[in-house]
Amino acid sequence: MAFTININGSGHSVDVDGDTPLLWVLRDVLGMTGTKFGCGAALCGACTVHIDGVATRSCITPIDSIEKAAVTTIEAIGATASGAGIQKAWLDHEVVQCGYCQSGQIMSASALLASNPHPTDADIDDAMSGNICRCGTYVRIREAIKLAAQSTTNGG
Amino acid sequence: MNLDRAHADPDDTNLSRRGFLASAAMAGGGLLLSLALPFGRSEAAGSTDFAPNAFIRIGSDGQVVLTMPYVEMGQGTYTSVPMLIAEELEVKLRQVRLEHAPPNEKLYANPLLGVQATGNSNAMRGGWKPLREAGASARIMLVTAAARRWRVDPTSCRAQDGEVIHDATGRHIKYGDVAAEAAQIPVPERVTLKRPEDFKLIGTPAKRLDAPGKVNGTVTYGIDARPAGVKIATLAQSPVFGGRLKSLEDSEAKAVKGVRQIVRLDDAVAVVADHMGAAKKGLAALKIEWDDGPHAALSTAQIAGQLEQATFGPGTVAQNSGDADKALAGAVTKVEAMYQLPFLAHATMEPMNCTVHVRKDACEIWIGSQAVARVQAMAAKAAGLPPEKVIVHNHLIGGGFGRRLEADGAVRAVEIAKHVDGPVKVVWTREEDIQHGMYRPYWFDRIAAGLDAQGRPVAWKNRFAGPSVIARWLPPAFKDGLDPDSTEGAIDLVYEMPNFHVEFVRVEPPGIPTAFWRSVGPSHNVFVTESFVDELASAARQDAVAYRRMLLDRNPRARAVLDLVAEKSGWGQPLPKGSGRGVALQYVFGSYLAQVAEVEVSSEGNVRVRRVVCAMDCGTVVNPDTVQAQLQSGVIFGATAALYGEITLKNGRVEQSNFDTYQMLRMDQAPVIDVHIVKSAEPPGGMGETGTSLIVPAIANAIFAATSKRLRKMPVDSNSLKQPA
Ligand code: FES
Ligand code: FES
Repeated sequence: MAFTININGSGHSVDVDGDTPLLWVLRDVLGMTGTKFGCGAALCGACTVHIDGVATRSCITPIDSIEKAAVTTIEAIGATASGAGIQKAWLDHEVVQCGYCQSGQIMSASALLASNPHPTDADIDDAMSGNICRCGTYVRIREAIKLAAQSTTNGG
Repeated sequence: MNLDRAHADPDDTNLSRRGFLASAAMAGGGLLLSLALPFGRSEAAGSTDFAPNAFIRIGSDGQVVLTMPYVEMGQGTYTSVPMLIAEELEVKLRQVRLEHAPPNEKLYANPLLGVQATGNSNAMRGGWKPLREAGASARIMLVTAAARRWRVDPTSCRAQDGEVIHDATGRHIKYGDVAAEAAQIPVPERVTLKRPEDFKLIGTPAKRLDAPGKVNGTVTYGIDARPAGVKIATLAQSPVFGGRLKSLEDSEAKAVKGVRQIVRLDDAVAVVADHMGAAKKGLAALKIEWDDGPHAALSTAQIAGQLEQATFGPGTVAQNSGDADKALAGAVTKVEAMYQLPFLAHATMEPMNCTVHVRKDACEIWIGSQAVARVQAMAAKAAGLPPEKVIVHNHLIGGGFGRRLEADGAVRAVEIAKHVDGPVKVVWTREEDIQHGMYRPYWFDRIAAGLDAQGRPVAWKNRFAGPSVIARWLPPAFKDGLDPDSTEGAIDLVYEMPNFHVEFVRVEPPGIPTAFWRSVGPSHNVFVTESFVDELASAARQDAVAYRRMLLDRNPRARAVLDLVAEKSGWGQPLPKGSGRGVALQYVFGSYLAQVAEVEVSSEGNVRVRRVVCAMDCGTVVNPDTVQAQLQSGVIFGATAALYGEITLKNGRVEQSNFDTYQMLRMDQAPVIDVHIVKSAEPPGGMGETGTSLIVPAIANAIFAATSKRLRKMPVDSNSLKQPA
């Protein structure tokens, strides 16, 4: 069945089963490979996107549940204030190693900052514990989120 | 793993300079330097034939491009390697770009591994001297070329920021503009390298060159490859290793929208579809029956039992000095223990995948690999083609840790692609990735030591049983019952140990493949030796740091990191009840590392690692930021294994399947990690793996300090730490 979804501000029509997870529509049908596959079961956070600004695991989000909602992916998160701030802090703090989990980390972190400009350590734990980093960049992710929180005066 | 103990120090190469560098003009005007990195294996080191395996190109645009065999998998190699060249060449780091080498086992052999592979923490160790020499040679040639053009004495010119400058006349010229002329200048016979105090780049924190594309989703990993017309496949392999496909009912799967084809292999089934969603849905709709084969009843307990038996020996003597049996018999105190380590999966964040297009007389592969030449050779065999007909496009790696030194995923993808018209990307589900891995071996150790009246060790006897990954992966390196990986960290201890005896019993477990895993041999041996030294300290009723220190009179570098870690961790200062500090010390991969872990054990037996302090002497530090990042990374990786890591078999099947049953350390459990680096002018040691092997005994020793319970088997068993209500 055909669905039209709004991704990063533009409409895309795809003809897939309604239960197809958004992740595969992004990666395989539309060729937007910045969003990553890690577990397929909402256990790792690699596939995180924003749906109407809320960090969401695209691997368990069926395409027929999205309707008119706005999907934002790593490819466009730099256009939001919190996303740009997070990306900059990630580079300033040299967070990435293999980098594979980082799309998801950045999507989770930017959603956190957008809704909570000055997160505590516990807020960071809550928002980020769903994102696994096998390279163990957690120490720097925490520091980078704090750095980004400091440099955004009102959280963007 | 030190595959070449006899040639461990890359500074010791006896290659003549003439045999190491050659130059040529590049098409389009530029300088091309070919360089032959010294081989680790003695046969190759003795050869005088010039066989270049790395290339530096300086184009007329001034861009410096290095082609070499090391691959970036998160460890910062793409930044550190260019630093070595940029330092001597006098260019900005951004001016140097690193390219993946195409597969060629002969040309791109890694100097320490002797084969084309990135592993064993070896990029900096192998490239340290030759890459700086190459940079210096190129600089001299560029300066000479500029001086000739200006008709001045080359010694009156200097190089800076990618330019040759003649101060007397104020003239300057960009490298790119003299590169073609420099290609006509003979390669200098000898070069003098900068003294460490003159380094401008080496030793300064450098920004990672690969980072920007990793924060905006634009870089491509193997799994992101999308050759035109590619289909997506996912697969189910026999749940028992060695089993076969018995029957298959696929009508429902074929009816799934987007499913194109079902591929049956002897021991696997794949569903080919337009996208992974359809492929997975199709796979779930298959009705598969397996013939489980000879390992249908296999369990981990059986394997452990077999290994335990083997530790009664005899094994192959890996190291012997004095007479351990005699000294043990005469010792005042005798300490004995058995240790066990579990199978572990790599669980790289990027699941196994490989894209293949098999044509009639050629095959094209898109993959992220730590060992491209191996992929090429094994894929060629599977495709029934000569290796030169297999083109491999290598990509960034979403975590390697040893898993991507293997080519099983490429072979599987070729087997499937042979049945598919056009390119197909085979993506393993996480469940498949964990249940059909190649695992860190299970190890069983029987160890004993004798102490004198003062508590000093007078005898040490260790016999351990497990497989030899090397014997499969690099057969010539397995000699006379031994390989250099299985024993690293068990022999050549940092401590003074008279009457020292170590034996290895090679036992290949049935029904489960084993492989290198981050920190390889030491991931096993360092846990055992550093836990056991801790047991000796406790039997001698001495402080764990003071006891180790007493045995380090002849090892100042080891003592220095131990002292530093004790100071920085506040060793000896009181902690609340239920908390404890554990220390561990190692010399592996050419680096000295000491760690103190601070843990908190709840009354339910849950262990929380609060803080880890590391003191590192890894010789000359090329990029301190990378050293810190790699230690943080290694500690998290090892702590994950210590707290949760375990692959178990039941009825021949791996019981774990995804991150719910094979858990990872997460943000809320991550310790604070402090890294302190000891300044050193020694050649660089490895560091990508060091943190991993050491943190496991550091945690176990900390748990002992907190609870008086000695854990001799990993992972931590919370039940055994529960306090009686
Ligand atoms: S892939 Fe979606 S949470 Fe792991
Ligand atoms: S950077 Fe490699 S998994 Fe996070």
